[in-house]
Amino acid sequence: MRAKPLVSIRNISMKYQSPEGEIEALKNVSLDIYEGEFISIVGPSGCGKSTLLNIIAGLIEPSEGEVLINDKIVCRPTDMVGYMPQRDQLFEWRNIWKNVILGLEIQKNLNEQTVNFTRKLLRDYGLFEFRHKYPSQLSGGMRQRVALIRTLAINPDILLLDEAFSALDYQTRLIVTDEVKQIINKENKTAILVTHDLAEAISMADKVVVLSKRPGTIKNTYTIQLTCDVKTPIGCREAPEFREYFNKIWRDLDVHV
Amino acid sequence: MSMSKKIIPVQVISPEHEAYLRERKIYRRKILGTQILLLIGIIIIWEIAGRLGWIDPFITSQPSRIWKTLINLHREGVLYYHTGITLLETMIGFISGTLMGTIFAIILWWSDFTAEVLDPYMVVLNALPKIALGPILIVWIGNGPPAIIAMALFISLIVTILGVYSGFTQVDGDKIKLLKTFGATKLQILQKVILPASVPTIISALKINVGLSWVGVIVGEFLVSKAGLGYLIVYGGQVFKLDLVMTSVIILAAAAAIMYKAVVYLEKLFLKWR
Repeated sequence: MRAKPLVSIRNISMKYQSPEGEIEALKNVSLDIYEGEFISIVGPSGCGKSTLLNIIAGLIEPSEGEVLINDKIVCRPTDMVGYMPQRDQLFEWRNIWKNVILGLEIQKNLNEQTVNFTRKLLRDYGLFEFRHKYPSQLSGGMRQRVALIRTLAINPDILLLDEAFSALDYQTRLIVTDEVKQIINKENKTAILVTHDLAEAISMADKVVVLSKRPGTIKNTYTIQLTCDVKTPIGCREAPEFREYFNKIWRDLDVHV
Repeated sequence: MSMSKKIIPVQVISPEHEAYLRERKIYRRKILGTQILLLIGIIIIWEIAGRLGWIDPFITSQPSRIWKTLINLHREGVLYYHTGITLLETMIGFISGTLMGTIFAIILWWSDFTAEVLDPYMVVLNALPKIALGPILIVWIGNGPPAIIAMALFISLIVTILGVYSGFTQVDGDKIKLLKTFGATKLQILQKVILPASVPTIISALKINVGLSWVGVIVGEFLVSKAGLGYLIVYGGQVFKLDLVMTSVIILAAAAAIMYKAVVYLEKLFLKWR
């Protein structure tokens, strides 16, 4: 294995306080993520997947334990991490260009270099001629690409995808996951995807982490190795091992309806 | 990437579509025509009823008498004086009510503690008929336009605070979260998402305030009675000059309608991204 992990999650526990009582969302979660890896986190609903992502993003502080990125403890959002929300969350009153530079504007980092970098991203991913349009004029798939470019514009090392595709219809979703995966590979980013879609998790990731029911603990970790000709999420679904992984993880989730 | 649903073919118009468009146009014209006829009808029946003695024009007035009054007011120059005063008071009350309401809403949004402390007071103030404050305002501020403006301001202030604040709290939490992941400060969250996302709420507050400010100003003029359309109405009522009352009401209706239209125009200007 590579020597030093990029993200090191150490013994994280998280308890939420409310007037009705205490909710233990995560218990003793430890995980190392290396540069260039694509990790999927799956688990039953309410297992604390999103909580874990929020902790890595520096939005909330864990009750116990710590997260280190490049050996530095995370206590607030940093520009090392880019976050892709559920649904695209484009600002309807800003045009596409104004949307993609939002992060740079907030971080007061708008300069010739970052503007050129963002223009190049738009050009590379076929959105440059739409830069003066408003979000309502774009299709769901294009909006999702704009959202990804908005995240990439701040040039983060780590991408956090919080059920980022769950609002799309099924066909668009397959196409967009393919595109996003290609872009992430090309830009050489480390990515953590939270999802409840097992097929999406397996087809995109190098490693799938299964969380247990609340309080979430790591139940199992699978290193995904698929033999497929086309190395895209859609192509990977054709691999003979795909079904095997799917069944194993499905059993781990232990779903009773 | 499918863009097909966004593109509407404009060059090719099928005969069916053409027929549909024509029918729609005819229907629209019918509505407008009926609206105009209704107005003319009311005016004619009102006039005839007065002339034939079905109603007493001394009490109900009459279109021809209203017209005469309007001409007289115009000749004496008082028409513009009174309308101008009322219009100015309304505009100041309306703009300051909306501005101050929005500023208070920002303060409440900024501090949850303040919002919770003030909540019961806001509920009571909202329920209170603000007109009851009229005499107090006159005693405190004096018998003149400032008291009238204060009346118009008070009447729209609480509604604006509550409406705009609830708009602020309804802004999608995920949008705020997105900004936080970029490391945004509270001021940046206010500037970049809360205020721009609330423009539709603020404009609908403007629309409500147009009407409320007129109520505040007219009630104020009723109480202070020195100048303005409200003064003309009260004066006309007291000396039984119903022609003057009716004329003033009609000018009032026209002015209020024009101001409402101006706000609708503003809405179109600000919300072109929709």
